[in-house]
Amino acid sequence: MKSLKKNFQELLKYPSAVVGLILVLVLVAISIYAMVTIPYNEAIILWRGGEDQWYRNPKYALPKWVNYFRKDKLPESIALSTIDHPEYKTVETNEDGSAIITIEIPFEYNYEILPVDLMIRFTSNFQEKAPFISVSWIRPDGEKIRIKNLSISPKQDYRVSQDKDLQKKLGGNKIEVGLFTDYKNDPKTIEKGKYTLKIEGATFEKDSDFDAEFIAYGKVAGLGGTDHLRRDLIVALLWGAPIALAFGLLAAVGTTLTQMIIAALGTWFGGWVDILIQRITEINLVLPFLPILIMIGTFYSRSIWVILTAVIILNIFGTGIKTFRAVFMQTKETPYIEAARAYGASNTRIIFSYMVPRILPMLIPQFIILIPSYVFLEASLAVLGLGDPTLPTWGKVIDEARANGALFQGWYYWVIEPSILLMLTGLAFAMLGFSLDRIFNPRLREM
Amino acid sequence: MAQANPSIPLGGGVEEVKKKSKIDSNNTLVRVAKYTGLRIITLGITVIIGIYLTILIANMGGYVDEIRRAQIREDVGARVAGNPTMRNLPAEVKRQKIAEMVAIEEKRYGMDQPFITRSARYLGNAIQLNLGYALKMNSNSGSKLVRNILLERLPPTLLLFATADIILFFISLFFALALSRQYGSFFDKVLITLTPLSSAPGWFYGIFLILIFASMLKILPFGGMVDAPPPKTPFLYFLSLMKHMILPVLSLAISKIFIQVFSWRTFFLIYSSEDYVDMAKAKGLTSRDIERRYILRPTLPTIITSFALLIIGIWTGGPILETIFNWPGLGRTFYQAIGQFDTPVIIGEAVIFSYLLAATVFLLDIIYAIVDPRVKIGGESSSI
Repeated sequence: MKSLKKNFQELLKYPSAVVGLILVLVLVAISIYAMVTIPYNEAIILWRGGEDQWYRNPKYALPKWVNYFRKDKLPESIALSTIDHPEYKTVETNEDGSAIITIEIPFEYNYEILPVDLMIRFTSNFQEKAPFISVSWIRPDGEKIRIKNLSISPKQDYRVSQDKDLQKKLGGNKIEVGLFTDYKNDPKTIEKGKYTLKIEGATFEKDSDFDAEFIAYGKVAGLGGTDHLRRDLIVALLWGAPIALAFGLLAAVGTTLTQMIIAALGTWFGGWVDILIQRITEINLVLPFLPILIMIGTFYSRSIWVILTAVIILNIFGTGIKTFRAVFMQTKETPYIEAARAYGASNTRIIFSYMVPRILPMLIPQFIILIPSYVFLEASLAVLGLGDPTLPTWGKVIDEARANGALFQGWYYWVIEPSILLMLTGLAFAMLGFSLDRIFNPRLREM
Repeated sequence: MAQANPSIPLGGGVEEVKKKSKIDSNNTLVRVAKYTGLRIITLGITVIIGIYLTILIANMGGYVDEIRRAQIREDVGARVAGNPTMRNLPAEVKRQKIAEMVAIEEKRYGMDQPFITRSARYLGNAIQLNLGYALKMNSNSGSKLVRNILLERLPPTLLLFATADIILFFISLFFALALSRQYGSFFDKVLITLTPLSSAPGWFYGIFLILIFASMLKILPFGGMVDAPPPKTPFLYFLSLMKHMILPVLSLAISKIFIQVFSWRTFFLIYSSEDYVDMAKAKGLTSRDIERRYILRPTLPTIITSFALLIIGIWTGGPILETIFNWPGLGRTFYQAIGQFDTPVIIGEAVIFSYLLAATVFLLDIIYAIVDPRVKIGGESSSI
């Protein structure tokens, strides 16, 4: 206990160890936060849910926080629904059950930049005769523009920005330009202030009703930006942390422990056991590690647990054995082992109670240095398209970004965010591990 | 490579050792040749085990059998279509005939035999890369044979990785020597601080480099091997190739160089604290001589061992690096094969990577044997 405390105090003398330790703690905190705020099942639904979960987000939008660093603020999305705001809707029912429904959705627009896309989503219920509606747009100066008359189906998305007739009406300008600027003059400046989207509709049956949701897609959305499926990347960025840490830790624990035990067995029993282990290690070194993992991924299962098991099995006879063996060879000859032998200690007792503890100072740094390589291995597999199909991981975000041409199109946030998190994870454990190595193995420190 | 150069000075710098090594140097050729032979055999066995394992994994789901069956059906179909007497038979009879022929062929290929015999047969085929036809992919020359596809993509891969490895070796060596001379200096500390950067693989830095140099600055290509269309003259072709190689090589270098320089510098420091180095200093030899003959020389075997491990690591990351940079080599083909679920190509890739790894180890083994006079057949230090 005392030596542990001493080692810890020594650790604090190394700046890189302190930085590494802080980063590890931050990552653990992110993981806990992710698991608490977005429970596993919810995260999977959010990530795999598709358009229904995320239709309020624009595609390829930058994260919201970029506005803190910009002079000309990018517009956020506006999504206003009569379901959330019943006060927008007034209903006048006639005696025969038909009704006149008026919806007025007011909103402020004070950005210098136009929204990307406009959409109205209608939901309605009726038996036979669909409600008929007329949509119009009232600008801050009171000018009213008729947008469209249409009869609506139970669930209908009216994409305002793609309406060719409206475009003609607005003098051939882009819809957003026509609706938000005084497009008849040059230069076209955005009119700031209170806009109103007015929807007047008639229903023709008793209990027939409709609701509307107006969405003006902006250029920023969510804390992580959005991808090609309108998903907020923050889900994957947060959940990537516990997955990466779990995979890295379990793989590192699994491989170092098995390697250490096998090295101990080999040195202790010597003879043909040792030779066999040595030869298997040499064969294992030349085995194509990644291609075998790829085959397992393509032919059997992409589940992260299957891959994890395969990684551990393929690394049982990894190169670590050689390092451990060298230390065990020295330990084997030490007097206290001889003493243990003399009083008749069993093989298991000598190996696990006397030899293994001796190697721990060597084991711990190596184990920590190994973690990043497994974190990156998981990301590598994801980049090859072999990531776990259900889990949101950093590697998969990078893969999707690449596959959708994020680098060509300049959607840098999409690549940089997961990459920075990966980098931080790698650096955190590597910095900590290298410093621990220098503390526990002072022979190197003297160099 | 097998021909050792007897003029390479062997042994350390101390006089006795030097004398001894002169006697030994006549035997260098014999020694290296013997050693080479033994290593070929052991590595051959290793490769065979590796390929057999590949087959076992691939065939746990019956994929190799499926490929074989598909190939037989295709062959039989082609033969029936090419045979005028059979072509005109009624459809029903023809189908039956084909089924019979397929059954005969399957028996001929031993499909009805137990797995152990079948797998031995597959092993023989796989060793020769005789993996039949790709399901969807084909080589640039139009062939669908897996072997042709893979052999066609081999040279770009070798070109890229050999260049990167060689550059990495010499740059690391240079910096490691330079830093071991000024242990504890500012640059030494910078290096130690930067070492953790090596925890990320090459492809990871590749993404950043593409982002900076191709996407933002637009001065280097996003990927590929040469411009499209390829330049006409060999010189321009070479220049274009160089331009496309900068980023992949650089990303490998960034990812590996710090840890490599760090560990080599440590080796040099260990060796430079030996007594014979002090002795040489006392004799008044120039530091250049001391470095070359008394520090670098005895460290070389250790360095080569660590370099072998490095190259094996680089091979492992190869497919992803090539994919990121769209380099038309084995790795990107692997990625495409995964995407198209082209099983024969996937298995072929695993086999060819076994070969590449073994060849790498073999090559370095030979170099090791040449530079380390202690290596004897069956010697303890013989294995990398």
